[in-house]
Order: sequence, then structure tokens, then C-alpha cells
Amino acid sequence: MENNPLFRSGHTACAGCGQAIAARLVIEASGANTIIANNTGCLEVFTTKYPDTAWGVPWIHSLFENSAAVASGIEAALIYLGKKDTTNVIAQGGDGSTGDIGLQALSGMLERGHDILYVCYDNEAYMNTGVQRSGLTPFDTNTTTSPSGARSSGNIRPKKPVPEICNAHGIPYVATASAGFPQDLTRKVKKAVSIKGPKYIQIHVPCPLGWRHETNQMLPVAKLAVETGLYPLFEYENGVLASRKQIAPKPVEEYLKSQGRFKHLLNNPEEIKKIQEIADNNIKKYNLKVEA
Amino acid sequence: MFGPLTVNPVKSKGSKTGSWRTLLRPHYLHKNCIACKMCAMICPEDCVSGKEKNAFLVDYNYCKGCGVCADICPKKDIEMVSEESKSEDK
Amino acid sequence: MKEFVEGSHAIAEIIKAVQPGVISAYPITPQTHIVEDLAQMVSNGELKSQFVNVESEHSAASVVLGGSATGVRVYTATSSQGLFYMQEVVFNIAGMRLPVVMTCANRAVSAPINIWNDQQDSISLRDAGWIQIYAEDNQEAVDFHLIAYRLAEDKRVMLPVMVCMDGFILTHGMETVDIPEQEKVNKFLPNYNPLYKLDPAHPISMGLLADPDYYMEARFAIQETMKESIGYLSEISQEFNAAFGRDYKDLLVEEYQTKDAEKVIVAMGSVCGTIKEVVDEQRAKGKKVGLLRIISYRPFPYARIYEALKDVPRVAVLDKAVSLGAYAPIAVEIKAAFYGKKKGPKVISSFVGGLGGRDITLESVHEVFRRLTAKEVNSDFIDLKPELLKEEYGE
Repeated sequence: MENNPLFRSGHTACAGCGQAIAARLVIEASGANTIIANNTGCLEVFTTKYPDTAWGVPWIHSLFENSAAVASGIEAALIYLGKKDTTNVIAQGGDGSTGDIGLQALSGMLERGHDILYVCYDNEAYMNTGVQRSGLTPFDTNTTTSPSGARSSGNIRPKKPVPEICNAHGIPYVATASAGFPQDLTRKVKKAVSIKGPKYIQIHVPCPLGWRHETNQMLPVAKLAVETGLYPLFEYENGVLASRKQIAPKPVEEYLKSQGRFKHLLNNPEEIKKIQEIADNNIKKYNLKVEA
Repeated sequence: MFGPLTVNPVKSKGSKTGSWRTLLRPHYLHKNCIACKMCAMICPEDCVSGKEKNAFLVDYNYCKGCGVCADICPKKDIEMVSEESKSEDK
Repeated sequence: MKEFVEGSHAIAEIIKAVQPGVISAYPITPQTHIVEDLAQMVSNGELKSQFVNVESEHSAASVVLGGSATGVRVYTATSSQGLFYMQEVVFNIAGMRLPVVMTCANRAVSAPINIWNDQQDSISLRDAGWIQIYAEDNQEAVDFHLIAYRLAEDKRVMLPVMVCMDGFILTHGMETVDIPEQEKVNKFLPNYNPLYKLDPAHPISMGLLADPDYYMEARFAIQETMKESIGYLSEISQEFNAAFGRDYKDLLVEEYQTKDAEKVIVAMGSVCGTIKEVVDEQRAKGKKVGLLRIISYRPFPYARIYEALKDVPRVAVLDKAVSLGAYAPIAVEIKAAFYGKKKGPKVISSFVGGLGGRDITLESVHEVFRRLTAKEVNSDFIDLKPELLKEEYGE
């Protein structure tokens, strides 16, 4: 970190960017012998504006949706060169480039069994283009393309369950993590790169600009998502739920009132109830509740 | 031939993003620090360094003043102070 | 070694000889036989490549992009919709200056869906920054692939090359082909030693954002390299002749009976075999006709074409593609080659034929020569069926 930083100062992310924190933790956990393929998105733009780069590891950006396929080619080339065993390959992107436009490439990478870690930085909308709704935008979120109005309370669909979709591919490791729990995130990345085969980690990363919270609220907001059950943290190993972060569930309203993107819901108990149901279902599904 | 556009990170200077700070800057009090390194770990800019207690430093050339380090510090040993107030930090 | 083989198998043989580290493809007719044969070679252990079976052409191109960026030789092949689906990556590969080689088994594009040959697919990607060379027969198709790798990986070039061969006509046609021997291939094409690659020992970032301060120069550099590649195509084809006993003048154009010709057809690809037959027949009758075959469509050899056609009174350009709403693609270039010049044909007429696999027969070629009169025509379709044109929509 001191002499040869793998993710260095001087990038142009917004102040308090959750994705910048997570991306740094990911590469520091994976180490210098890593090659990264990065989708188009905030992370790509704010780290690699020519002639600058924030990356101390070999890094490539090709297009919006193809990092999983580019990484597949990198991995194949490393196998051909006899260097795969000593090199980690990471493909990464935001929620839109992973779960929407890049879902096919991701699915192909998982199905083919490449030895690659895919990392999705999930800030729950297309932030790089100005906070448009993605398939991973939560229910009732106010974005620029799912605005709340007289006839709408925001995004009409619940969040696409990409970790579950990945797990259904029968891959050895799937995990969710959060920028609000940095040690947990680091542990999961280290574990993932120690496993051979395709791995998927989805990291919840607050976006102060898109979520509309103060920059110093990055951690409390991220933590509340987990503590309400809206963003369950879990690990699947070989298809089996191997761990989950247990919580004493807080009401979702606490999370909703922390961000401007949910402000329109605060006097709408009916909608809050629907969101509480989503959290309750997560709590039940992943058995999140701390035993008394 | 100009291109392909590749960059060697050793030669990359980056932007002096410290110029973005407009309101607040972190002031490290160096009183109750236990060297847990959480401030360095959580900094989105990778601009906090240090190993020993009460010896962590911020590179204000890059610090954008987000305040996450002050928020995560378990000993409340980092204060966000107004950019105008000239502290001992540089 | 001379073999009587299917065109696709001959391509697989030469790709085996160039030993790519990564091969990736998605099946599309009429490209399939090439990649099936390569898959079998890998399965037999004859070829040490990593063969990546992808879920789409977009990923096939992305996989070879990633492989090439990691510093190994790569190969892919596609056709028609497949090429269009990978279009985004095709532009990207050129912009990143990666020496990828791809076979395009030329096929018509949808709609209507049609699996037969024309050249609309690769011609539509003319602006992508790929060198495009078109084979007339399977011997050329084989040789051009070897030359393509040599050219693409040349440090002065570092651009991808698309070898275009007419779908079915060449890919599924049986011909006797001389497959270059491995030893000679190794000598002609040294191991790929990239200038830049993804390597943890020397980390670099690739594919960066270029703002208005940098973007233009990156694009200008490709344009300049393209222009210079005209010379490299000639140079490398001469080396190839010496190594393999062939007789390519250059890989730009072929002049066939053009010297004293009064009428010349300009065309590209396998149809030129048919045109040569008509030219021979007409010449035997004392008619001064000829053929100018375009081999390199990108870079486009304007100067060579000017020299070849400047004294020919009438030229017919026969395109197997259309630019709907404008002049046909090759015709535009031929006209441009003479704009503002002192010499040149009095008539440059443009014909479109062979779309969607309709045969361009000897009679079709005769028809082109007949329609090449003092009156210039543009995008004149040949072999149309007038009775079909009378049918009303919706019936």
C-alpha cells in the first residue's frame, strides 16, 4: 500500500464514494498479482482518464457490458501461457453493466467455469449517466427515469436477485458484501480468490450523489441497509447458504429516511409497509434474525 | 504512432483532488488514537497513512473532505473542521 | 502440401499452423465448419489453443480482445448478423490497436433473413479500423490468413485484420489448396511479441477514457497507419511470395487484362473468377475487356486504382452490397479515386448484384458489359425478377 499502491490517490470519484472504497478494498485483498477487466461506468471513468490511472495492477476497460467476456479471454490466455495459477483475474462493473446489459456475458462466464472473480459494485442505478433506474434499483426508489409523481411512487419493480441468479449457475462461491462492513468485504474477497472457478461478489456501495445523503453518511447508510434486512449479507458455497450476517432488524423507515431517493415515501405508510415486507421476506429467506 | 492509449501507473500523476474540498477538512487530534487503521482502510482516496498511534496523516493534496474517516473513528479522534480554520494540519 | 479440401477446412489448417493461444467463436452459418474443425483439432491435441465456446458473438470478440491484450495470438470467425452483433467490439479492438485476425464468411444480412452470400456484412463495417482483404479462391483465403497475422502483428501496424471470403461459395467449396508447411509458417510468422500487454510484472492500464484533448490524435494515428499499410501489404506479400512460391503482385488489386481495355469491371471476391472467364471469352473474340479486382478494401488503394484505370474509357463497378439510399459502396470509392484528376474513365457505371446468394452467372457478367454504355448508371441492379416487383404488399 505504501510503496506501490494498487489503487491510488488522485482519482476523480465524488467525495465519499462507496464504490471507490469498495474497489480499493477489493484490489488490496486480491493483491498485486491480479489482472482486472472493468466495465464502463463511474469506476472506469473516475480511475482512468488518460493520461492518468489509479490502478497499480494491470487493468483493461473495453466496453459497457463485456468485462466478464474480456476476463474470460484474459484467463484463457493466462492458461495458455502457464501463468493462471499465479494470477488472479477479476472482472468488475456496476449494477447496470452486471445485471442488465452485461448479464449475458456474466452468465456465459459463470457457465463456462472460468477461474475468475466477478465483482458487482451495486449502487442501485445508472449513476454515471445521471441516476437512471436499473434492474437492481430497489422498489419505490426515486430515480431520474423512475421519478415519483402523482401516479407513481418511484421504481415499480423490486430489485433483480442477481446473486441468486449467479448461484443458480452452480458456481462454487457467491457472496454479498457492503462498503459499510469493510473487514467482512475484505475477508470475502480473499476467500473468493482462494477458490478455483467462477465466483461472484455483489457489494452494496452508497452513492451520496444518487442516493442523496451527506458524504460522511456513507457508512451509516450502508449499515442500515444491512441492519433492516433490505440488503442481506450472505455467502453461498457450492450452492449452499454457508453464512449470513445476523441482525436485530431495524424498521425499514430508518433506512428510507436517511436518503433523499426515498423522501417521497415518508408520509406514505402503505408504501413503507410494502418495503417492510421485502425486508421481512429477506429476513425469513436468509434466516437473518439474531436468535434471542 | 500515438496510441494505443496505455498508461504506466508509475508515471501517472493523478488529479490534485484536494482542491475539491470546499467546506470541511479532517483534523486528526492525535490524542486517543489506538492505531486501529480504520481511517486509512475506509478512505476512498487512499490518502491516509500511518502505523503508530497518534501518527496518522492525511495527504491534503488529495483529501476531498468527505468525512468518512471521522465517522468511522471509534475514538472520535478525528474532527471535521471548517476549511477556513487554520489548524496545525497542512 | 496440396490437398483437395473444403475451404473451411483449409482455413482451419492454416489457423492451426499459426498456433493461436486463444480461439473463441459462436456458431453462425456459413462460418461453422471452420470453428468445428478447429475445435476437433484442439480436442485431438493437435492444436494447443484455448478454445472458448461463448454465448454470443459479442463475447467471442470480447474474449479474443482479452486474450490479445494479455499478449497471445488470437483467432475468431463470424458472419453476417454475428459480425453485426460484435460490431461494438470490432471497433473497440481496432481502437485499442490489438492485432486480432478474424475470418468473415461473407453473408447477406437480415431482413429478410438469408444465409447465402453477399458482402453486405463486412462492407458495412468498413469504418471500424480493421484492414479488410477479400479472397477470390481458397488458396488466397489460406494465404491471406497467414499474411494477415504477419501484417497485424507488425509493430508498424498493430491493427486487426479481417480476411473476407464469400460464404458457401468459398467456405463450402472444394478446391485443391496448397497448405503452407509448419516450418515455413514458423519462419514467416515469428512468435507474437507484443509491445504492450496485461502483465502483473509490468502493470499498465489499457482502454482509457480520452477526453477532447486526446481523442482525435488516437483516431488520426489509426488513419495514418491505415494509409501506410498500403505499402506494408505490398512489402509483406513479396516476402510471402519468396517464402511460399506464390505470385501476388501486391495485396491491393489484381489487374486482369486491363492494359488496353475499353471496358473494365471492378469487383471483389469470388465473383472475379466468373468475370475472368467472361473476359477470356470476350478477349478470344477480340473484345477489349478486363477486370480490376479489389483485394484490399480497407485500406482502399486509390493510387493503384487510378493507375490501373486512368486510360480505360468505361468502367463498371459490380457491388455485392448496397448502401441503401446512396451510391453502392465500392462504386463510391472508384468515383472518388478519379475526382479532380486529369485522366480517368468517361463513364463509371455502378451495378449491384448477387445479393442474398443470387448467382452471378456468366450471363450476368455479359449483361453488365452490355449495360456499360455511354450513358452512366448508378446502383443498377442486375438479375432482378420484374414479376416479383409487381406483387403488392400484404397479399
